This record gives sequence, C-alpha cells and structure tokens, in this order.
Amino acid sequence: MTQKTEGGDVRLAGISKTYGSFTAVHPLDLTVPQGSFFALLGASGCGKTTTLRMIAGLEDPSTGTVSLGDTDVTHLPPYKRPVNTVFQSYALFPHLDISENVAFGLRRRGIKSVKKQVDDMLDLVQLGQFAKRKPHQLSGGQQQRVAVARALINHPQVLLLDEPLGALDLKLRRQMQLELKRIQTEVGITFVHVTHDQEEAMTMADQVAVMNGGRVEQLGAPADLYENPKTTFVANFLGTSNLIEAEVASTTSDVVTVTCGGAKLKLPNARCQAQTATGDKLLVGVRPEKVSIAHADDADSIPDGRNRITGRITASSFIGVSTQFIVDSPACADFDVYVQNIERDSRLAPGAEVVLHWNPEHTFGLDADQAIDAGVQSVEDAS
Amino acid sequence: MAVVKWLRRNLVVIAGLLTLAYMILPNVVVMVFSFNKPNGRFNYAWQQFSTDAWADPCGVADLCGSLALSLQLAAWATLGATILGTMIAFALVRYRFRARGAINSLIFLPMAMPEVVMAASLLTLFLNMGAPLGFWTVLIAHIMFCLSFVVTAVKARVMSMDPRLEEAARDLYAGPVQTFVRVTLPIAAPGIAAGALLAFSLSFDDFIITNFNAGSTVTFPMFVWGSAQRGTPVQINVIGTAMFVIAVLVVLGGQFIASRRKNSASPK
Repeated sequence: MTQKTEGGDVRLAGISKTYGSFTAVHPLDLTVPQGSFFALLGASGCGKTTTLRMIAGLEDPSTGTVSLGDTDVTHLPPYKRPVNTVFQSYALFPHLDISENVAFGLRRRGIKSVKKQVDDMLDLVQLGQFAKRKPHQLSGGQQQRVAVARALINHPQVLLLDEPLGALDLKLRRQMQLELKRIQTEVGITFVHVTHDQEEAMTMADQVAVMNGGRVEQLGAPADLYENPKTTFVANFLGTSNLIEAEVASTTSDVVTVTCGGAKLKLPNARCQAQTATGDKLLVGVRPEKVSIAHADDADSIPDGRNRITGRITASSFIGVSTQFIVDSPACADFDVYVQNIERDSRLAPGAEVVLHWNPEHTFGLDADQAIDAGVQSVEDAS
Repeated sequence: MAVVKWLRRNLVVIAGLLTLAYMILPNVVVMVFSFNKPNGRFNYAWQQFSTDAWADPCGVADLCGSLALSLQLAAWATLGATILGTMIAFALVRYRFRARGAINSLIFLPMAMPEVVMAASLLTLFLNMGAPLGFWTVLIAHIMFCLSFVVTAVKARVMSMDPRLEEAARDLYAGPVQTFVRVTLPIAAPGIAAGALLAFSLSFDDFIITNFNAGSTVTFPMFVWGSAQRGTPVQINVIGTAMFVIAVLVVLGGQFIASRRKNSASPK
C-alpha cells in the first residue's frame, strides 16, 4: 500500500485557460510538493476546478505546461497520465458493482488478477462487505469512499479531489475529512483537493492556495494564511477579520502607528503589506478572537501598550463556548469580538459602552487600494 | 350499501382490468379462431375445434415466404435504423454543430407526417430515380421511418447520462474505444434496446409505405391484406397467435432476468 511511486512534484508553469473571451484561469505558477496534501480554496467560479481538470488532462490549458516530476504531461490524454480523480458527484459506473468499479482502472491496464488488490482496497475504505452491491444501493458517504478506492487502487502519483465532500451532511463531512487525511498519511500519495469550504481546507491540507477570479491570491500553510493574510480577500474568506480604514501617523523600522476615528493603533512594520509613509492610507486588521472586551468602567485596569478602541455593543449572541459581540465604534462600524465564556460579565449587554483592546503584535496591515469587503461570504455564496 | 363500498374500494382495479380486457380481447379472438375449422374460405364464424392449421402453418401458398421476407426486412431495418439512429442521437446530444437545431426537428418529420403521404412521395422519388421497386426500396423506406423512433428513444437515454461517467472512465486509463465499449454503450443500452424493439415491430407491421414501394415483392402484412379479399386462411391466425405468444414470452423473460439480477445484487 505504501509503495512510493517515482514521481516528484506537480508543477504548473504559466498555465491558463480561456473560453472565448472569458478567462477562467489567469496564467498561474504552482508547485505541489510530492506527498503533500494540497488544497485549492475559493468560491465557486474562481477557477479552482478548471485548474484541477487541467492537471487531470480533462481540460486542455490555453497556455503553459503541466509537469509531473520531470515529465511534461501537458499534451497527454487523461488515460495516459498517472493521475486519478475523485469527482464531485463520484461518477461511479451505475452498471457495474462496487468491486468492478474499483477494479476498472486495473483492468484497463491489462491486469488480470485484481481480486486481492480490490479486496485490500475495499478493506482500506471499510467497505469489504459491499463488494457485490450496485452503487445506487450505497449511501452518499459509502459512494464517496468507493470513489476514493477506485482512484487510489491505481497508485497514482497524484490524487485529485474535486469537492469530494460537497454532497455530504456536516457530521459525515467531518468524519470523511479525518478519514481522507488518514488515508493520505497511510498511502503517502500527493493529494490535490479542491474545495470552497475554508474550514475543510484548513483542517486537511498542509498547503492551501486561495484562489479568486482565476488567480492565486495567496499560498501557504493554513496557520500562516490565517495569521498573515496578504489581501483583504484572504483576510475575509479565511475566517473573519475586522478591517479598519486608518492613516499612517508615524513609522519606525519596527512599529507603524496609525490613527483612525480618534484612536491610535500600533502594529509591527513586518506585518504591513503596503507602503507606510506618513499620511498613507492603510487597512488595519485584527481577528475577532484576539480582541478582549472590557466595560468602560474598567478601562483603567487595561494594561498599557495595548491597542484600544472604544465603542458600544450593538448585538451579542451566546453560542456556548463563546459569546460573539458586535461593537459599533467610531473607527469601525461593525467590529466583531469573540470572547471565551470563562467568566461572563453581566454588564456586557447591547447598549453598554465598552473598550476593546488587543496586543499590537496581533495586528496586520493591508494595502488600502483594495475592496475592504472582498471575500466576505454572503448568504447566497454559502451553498 | 356493502356493494357500493366494495365498488368504491376496488374501482381502480376494476377500471384497470376492463382496460386490459379491451386491449387483450382482439388477441384472444385471433387465438381462439386459430383453432377453428371454418366452412368455406372465410374464418369469421366459429364451427368446430381443430389443430389442423397449427399442424401445417405453411399450408397456404406464399404465406411462409412472405413471413420470412417480413422477418428479414424487419431484422435489417432494425439493424440499420438502430446503428444510424444511435449515432444521430449521440451527435445531437453531445456535439454542437451547424444545422443541429434543424436536424433535431426534421428527424421527427416521419413520425408526424401521414404515412400515406410519405409513401406516395417515396414512390415518386424511387420512380424518378429509376430505382427498381422491391426488397431494397422497402428496406430503405423502413430504415427511414424507423430512424426517428430510434433517435427519440436513444436521445432520451443519452440526455440523462452524466458526461462525468465518461470522464471518469478516461481518467481510469480507458482510451476512447474502451470508454465507449465499457461505459457509454452499457449505460445507453436500455435506450438502444427500446429503440431497436420499436423499429422491429414498426417495420414488421408496416403496410402502407411497404405496399406503395414493394413492386411485386409481398410482405406478410401485404399477404394478409391480399388474401383477405379472397378469403382468410386459418394459418394467418396461427402466425398472429405465435407472434403474440413469442412477444409475451420475450417480455416475461426480460422481466424475470431483471428481477433476478436485482435480487442477487440486493443485500443479503
């Protein structure tokens, strides 16, 4: 099972795809290291599936090349690439039973004795007793595992997963996320996973490429992307960010000081993604869970050296482990704050005057020349 | 009161049985009269039970010859119409090409046009071309009108097919031919089979177009029509009954196989 195939990295060089006048994927360079779990994350229509299909060979790139290790596979048809795909709708063959579905790839390559391999693979995905059933007799989660088994049995150099968990309900999806991660660790094959679910991407992947409008916005490890977003799209699409429009007041080599709505905020110069000359506009961001909230009466007890903003609570919602506050402040109209329910202050109710404060180290700065609400997910996008 | 209640509860079943009887009754009459021993040439009044006709189904001159010709015609027409129709259906669903819309609607013309009009215009065409009327003109005509039925049946099936299944096959090392043979064809098979069955029965049964374009060739429906002028031999009923029984057996056999396949695949 753990047989390592000679392969190496998946390398996309200047790859793009245009349909008539519409550009689905802008020229893109991407390297997926061998053996890694790589996620392409983005909203629908961002070009992530097209990118995946170009790796699979189901779509011809308009420009650029696809290489596996040292081999250029750009012009190889899909059936000649050592790459297999788990499709969004699973695409199991309805006229074949489960074991024949799984054996399909082996048989096409002329391998006669497939029984042992098929049985082993079905055991790996815990479907041994279903070998003789037809796909429509299985539940969604089971079909999904068959689709994974059918692809993995061929020991591809790269396994492509196109929103493989999209059709499952939340609980099953969590379970399958862990399952897929387990299988990936066990077989050591490179996984490229396409998803619109940022939580899924962060839980499963070693590396995430956030795509937007046919371009990769940012590439990195999940924690790195979350802590150091380079664009407002990434800041808003991965989790939630409070973005404040501010003006640079002074800059040293370490610290940038900005003003907004009468407040003075500090942030590390290293975490600024834009020019910070005095007078420049800057978007200042902080994640809601990094912020502490104190009633205005207790303002004196806040330690020195923290960024602070005053405001009034407009809404609060209690969700068990934490409470979410929305605070209206002169600096920012809807400031989100998540507070762990360790000790609850009963004075923190809508209408209360509060002081928000956080460690300046947790602040990041973004170029003010971009839409402040890029990547904010509205209700329609969520599906 | 009890009767009304019983009626109300079983109304659907009764209506169903009546409809079935309405459809089956003509076949039953044909069947019963195949065991008749008529007085004179016309087999329209019951005389006495006899198996004479069953013992000698080819006893009437030219009957079995015309039957063989009809079966042969139907087989070739089915083959031709099914192959062509399947290809047309795939082309219409899968590809975008010029005049696709026009072909899409024109293909239904033979279904919509009165048969006698089509028969007459085909005859005009063949005469003007100087084509000798006979087996080949009839075959060409049959393939033509069977085509639209095959296209309709196969198209419905192909449209409901997920194109990702073929992508999955290509992704799993199946080349274009393998993909077609292993995935596309088996999944489209029920539609193709339905189209082929339709084509067979339409061709076997056709009278009007055949009569116009057959020249001196005589098919089974033409034979029945021709002999009905002079008298109806019992053998016609025998052939009719045999066709009916064979058709029913084929359907039952198909259902039996399907249900067995379903049972063996279901959880134990």
